[in-house]
Amino acid sequence: MRALSCYRFSPVKACVVVFPGSNADAEMIHTLRDVCGAPTEVVWHTETALPAGVDLVALPGGFSYGDYLRCGAIAKVSPIVPAIRAHAARGGWVLGVCNGFQILTEVGLLPGALTLNVNRRFECGDWFVKVTAEGPFTPRVGDVWRLPIAHGEGRYQADEATLRRLEGEGLIGLRYCTSAGAIDEAANPNGSLHAIAGIYGGSRKNVFGLMPHPERMSEEILGCADGRKLFEAVLSRAA
Amino acid sequence: MKATVLVRLKGEVLDVQGDAVRRALGKLGFDGVTDVRVGKIVEIEIDEVHARAPDLKERLQKMADEMLANPVIEDYEVRL
Repeated sequence: MRALSCYRFSPVKACVVVFPGSNADAEMIHTLRDVCGAPTEVVWHTETALPAGVDLVALPGGFSYGDYLRCGAIAKVSPIVPAIRAHAARGGWVLGVCNGFQILTEVGLLPGALTLNVNRRFECGDWFVKVTAEGPFTPRVGDVWRLPIAHGEGRYQADEATLRRLEGEGLIGLRYCTSAGAIDEAANPNGSLHAIAGIYGGSRKNVFGLMPHPERMSEEILGCADGRKLFEAVLSRAA
Repeated sequence: MKATVLVRLKGEVLDVQGDAVRRALGKLGFDGVTDVRVGKIVEIEIDEVHARAPDLKERLQKMADEMLANPVIEDYEVRL
């Protein structure tokens, strides 16, 4: 029997914000709604309000606005963005995956920027990440998850002061690692500084952005369900 | 009138695109190229009324700060 059934009647409300060019929205909606059982609404970027009572706002992967100018740069002026900012300011959960992470950095809800992979290649495949800071999306430090990535611009960069703050305040939720959990440059697919795969922001770590796709690895039928741990963690805390 | 905004990666940010261009130039036989940085040029047409406004340069800088450049990784230069 699948463990996911305990969330079948989750009281947590989620929504997925879709931009022109989003392409990982279907699996995000499926994972939240069908796998985790959270009532999930879909919000088009031209709307100006989030669904009433929503707890978790998810920004999916893709190539919003064709990555014109910079990844996420045009999406940040979408009509829905002020409502997402207000939700985050109230302490509401915000999750950005891949292009969603890039959008959150452009909007300023997360520090730093995602730039071209150091090897100049679009990287597509399964990699390992390790939980290096406890938080609502990453409950247990030391856990190693196998997650797929699919991006050309996922190299996390920030200035030294920001990196020191992220380290000091325990905001680096996920780092690329080997299957055994060792932080090693060979296990870093894009050259991210400090091997950063995902970071926290917000007043109570309520904003999380990551480049890997947990929504694409949340069911055993997909070969691995490690990604579901992220969703189960936040869905069990929200509401 | 036309304003030009030059957007460049900051010096300390590794420019992997520029590095690829440098290697390609070498393959074409152009020796002596030690570094290549790739940036963007944004050309902006401004109507006459706004071109005469005293705050034109500040408005262009604001455009660059808020949209044309990402101050985390890029510098910019406004040319009128």
